[in-house]
Amino acid sequence: MVDRLLPLIVVVPLLGAAVLVGAGRRMPRLAAETVACACAAASAALACAALAGPATAVSWVGDWRPRDGVSVGIVLVGDRLGLGLAALASVLIVAVLTYSWRYFEEPPRGHAGAFPALVLLFQAGMCGFALTGDLFDAFVFFELMGVVGYALTGYHVEEARPVQGALAFGFVNSLGGYATLMGIALLYARTGELGMAQIGRRLDAAPGHDALVAAAFVLVVTGLLVKAAAVPFHFWLPDAHAVAPTPVCLVLSGVMVETGVYGVARVHATVFGGPGGIPADGTRRVLVVLGVVSALTGAVMCWQQRHIKRLLAFSTVGHTGLFLVGVGLLTPEGLSGTCLYVLGHAGAKAALFACTGILLARLGSVDERELHGRGRDIRGIGLLFALGGLALAGLPPFGTGLGKAVVEEQAAWLPALFGLVSALTGGAALRVAARVFLGAGERGHDERETAGGGEKEPETAGGEEEPETVGGEGEPETAGGEEEPETAGGEEEPETGHRIRLPPPPMVSVAVALLAGALAVGTVPALAEATAAASFAFLDHAGYAAAVLDGRATGGQPGHGGEWWTWSGAVLGLLSAALAVVLAAAAVVGLVPSRGWSAPLRRLHSGHIGDYVAWTMAGIGLLSLLTLW
Amino acid sequence: MTRRARLWVLTAGLLGTAALFAAACLRMPPFGGTWHPYGDRAVQAALLQRTANTVSSVNFDQRAFDTLGEESILFAAVLGTVVLLRRTSGERRVTPQPASVPPAVRRYAIAVLPLALLIGLYVVAHGQLSPGGGFQGGVVVATALHLLYVGVDYRALERVRPVGLYELADGVGEGAYVVLGAAGLLAGSAYLANILPLGTFNTLSSGGTVPLLNAAVGMEVASAVVVLLARFLAQALEIVDEKEEGRERGERRKRE
Amino acid sequence: MTVLPYLVAGWIFLAGVHGLATSRHLVHAVGCLAVTQSATYVLLLAVGYRRGGTAPVFSDTPPGTPVVDPVVQALALTDVVVGATVTALLLALVVQTRKRHGTVDPDELSGLKG
Repeated sequence: MVDRLLPLIVVVPLLGAAVLVGAGRRMPRLAAETVACACAAASAALACAALAGPATAVSWVGDWRPRDGVSVGIVLVGDRLGLGLAALASVLIVAVLTYSWRYFEEPPRGHAGAFPALVLLFQAGMCGFALTGDLFDAFVFFELMGVVGYALTGYHVEEARPVQGALAFGFVNSLGGYATLMGIALLYARTGELGMAQIGRRLDAAPGHDALVAAAFVLVVTGLLVKAAAVPFHFWLPDAHAVAPTPVCLVLSGVMVETGVYGVARVHATVFGGPGGIPADGTRRVLVVLGVVSALTGAVMCWQQRHIKRLLAFSTVGHTGLFLVGVGLLTPEGLSGTCLYVLGHAGAKAALFACTGILLARLGSVDERELHGRGRDIRGIGLLFALGGLALAGLPPFGTGLGKAVVEEQAAWLPALFGLVSALTGGAALRVAARVFLGAGERGHDERETAGGGEKEPETAGGEEEPETVGGEGEPETAGGEEEPETAGGEEEPETGHRIRLPPPPMVSVAVALLAGALAVGTVPALAEATAAASFAFLDHAGYAAAVLDGRATGGQPGHGGEWWTWSGAVLGLLSAALAVVLAAAAVVGLVPSRGWSAPLRRLHSGHIGDYVAWTMAGIGLLSLLTLW
Repeated sequence: MTRRARLWVLTAGLLGTAALFAAACLRMPPFGGTWHPYGDRAVQAALLQRTANTVSSVNFDQRAFDTLGEESILFAAVLGTVVLLRRTSGERRVTPQPASVPPAVRRYAIAVLPLALLIGLYVVAHGQLSPGGGFQGGVVVATALHLLYVGVDYRALERVRPVGLYELADGVGEGAYVVLGAAGLLAGSAYLANILPLGTFNTLSSGGTVPLLNAAVGMEVASAVVVLLARFLAQALEIVDEKEEGRERGERRKRE
Repeated sequence: MTVLPYLVAGWIFLAGVHGLATSRHLVHAVGCLAVTQSATYVLLLAVGYRRGGTAPVFSDTPPGTPVVDPVVQALALTDVVVGATVTALLLALVVQTRKRHGTVDPDELSGLKG
């Protein structure tokens, strides 16, 4: 029965969106938001119910069941990880709808349901992408996610930066999507199939890989890595996350970026994981190299930011790099650790964004320096923010800490990388908490703020002097006295329309619930056990095809005990959290220069769409090199 | 980055991609080959489902879930455009002036409009038989209405285009597809299963649910395109920025 | 020259990307993105071509006639819709960019750096 109902996880939000749009003009805001919440929650409940079922649910849409291992239809596959991701996305969507309950200033005239409807479509896109077992269908839902994402990012059209961020998001993601489609077409030419399991089987029928399979892998993975914001495909992410409405950031950072990582893992496991696909060494090299570079870039850039939402966005780049490393190890333990990490990270990061939204609503700014000490009277929010920062840093017993510990055990060099990235990103968040909520340290000296006034222009400092507009013949980096490029957060408009006095209960309770969720991931042993079994099944290339095409049920592997806290893991988590605290304290008293030494890296994040496209293409070249090595 | 640095990065990327893709092409099956396993199965299935237009059978029966996603993308894009091109504070609405149109254009538009509308509806209705279907026909219907804008003026278009009604139709079209899919579940089969009698091959009533899904999509697409164009037209003709307007007025006064 | 159609698809893709990266006008850039996407149509249809095959519509050809692959045609239709919607959405954003930034030259957009 669960098998048949699987499509409803995707379809219920779509129906909700249709109702909201159809009745838009006549529907009061309260009704619209209630309908949206109900649909999102129903879908979440369905996903959870399917997750509680005994085995992998396989649903052939239109009842086109396979005969002799082939079918003309599309299959939805509810294995543990896919369903888990759909459930996570749905739960976060419910959190977003609760958080934005009466949050926005005013819906567009006559379109009270527009925002909730877009959020529901976003949910449908993510759930469809998580559940589909068909490569082209995955592309369709990838694009649905993308289209809704651009619209939501640009939601605040009254301001200059959201439209720019949404444009960058739109261009880079669409380009990535088309690269994926080129790859799908190559696979179709070779195998004559579109279903992941079918393609995998056809490839395996002629073992040994060649240039076509490699090219298909590179192109398909490009779009997914753009979504996952892996360096050098990541440039759109900080631009989009810094400007999107805060409730949207919860989903973008908490789960959408992770769906990219999931897509890479899924495509590897089902299509390219067999003898006819890409050798494991090649895949591992691609994912680990890109993951390490992303993790370091994200962490360094995160530490540099003063725009709090942009800071959190870069920390997402860093953590997604860690997820890529965890997945790229291609071991069940690495994958299951990453799953726990993703769950914990979703809670922690979404809670941090939720707190930032409260700051913005109350104080009209998300600029670390401008807000210095102004959060003293909402210390409760400060406590939540600091806890979120500690969770990012991997403090036991948060789920992030458990996931980090499980992955770290896979190789001797991993603790250094994971510790450093966790400490830098967590430390940056703690630094913000100390400055804003405690008023610790000097109020940052900032010549621009005194010059700034109420004008819109100074929101980027120094960027306008970029010589590329002059002619491009000279060397830009030699200009000694040039100021660093920087995005400040001082001119954001409060999204509630007016400044609020007390943090509204729905917003606070969402932040608390999200943190509690992050804590639960690290404290409920059953979850870790289930994830371990799910990861084992996920990587079973032949088992997946058998379950989908031959109807041979693959349940969880009984007796495969989950990973749990070890002494060394807990100590490493405590260490990275302590390092984060030390870094934050040192930064607050001025011992650690927060800027200056990384200007070249910062200058690469130029906000220029042409640059981003050029880097995306360079990324495809890099992927080819790493794959074919 | 400087323009030159960007060109270097871009060139490296383009060369790498070109090499990769060219190498892949050399390993492709020869162009025009006879080996199309999925295609052959799709043709067989379409004939069994008594749907003469195989492409419609793939889109609305065999891979109907893709089309649900595709329709939702259009739906989402229209909703996104409504949100992005809304009238913001600081902008106000003006009534567009009537425009004069050469009589020949006017006569032609008025004459072609009903014909184009009819063709659009025909294309939607015959999706299961001949090339076309909900997407193509829906676009034809929507553009047919806009002949009024080309041939008469904006106000004439506005009279036949109450945007609220089209938004309702947009939602109903999307909802109808979803509900038609659920009918398969209720009938004890799978979601989006083709549960209706298949009818006679090569007649209007063939293909089971295919014509119904086509109609739902046609309705959604036609109204979606109308709403989409309405948003862009409003930006071009109706919505003015108060600041810019004030500046212009000031300049005019200065000149006088 | 049995690979020429595939190479053409690759060429269109790269040409579109080149235009996208070097564009000085956002509307032009949206057009370039559409060019990039049309590479996917060409590739899909080239992959599905069968020499001597006719359109996969059996209202006036008897069943059994060799036809080109209908699946890629269905995929191309989906792809076209995706392309049109993305174009519409990006153009809407360009309209707003013109209003908020006063320019449609990507070189002059400077809201987000570092």
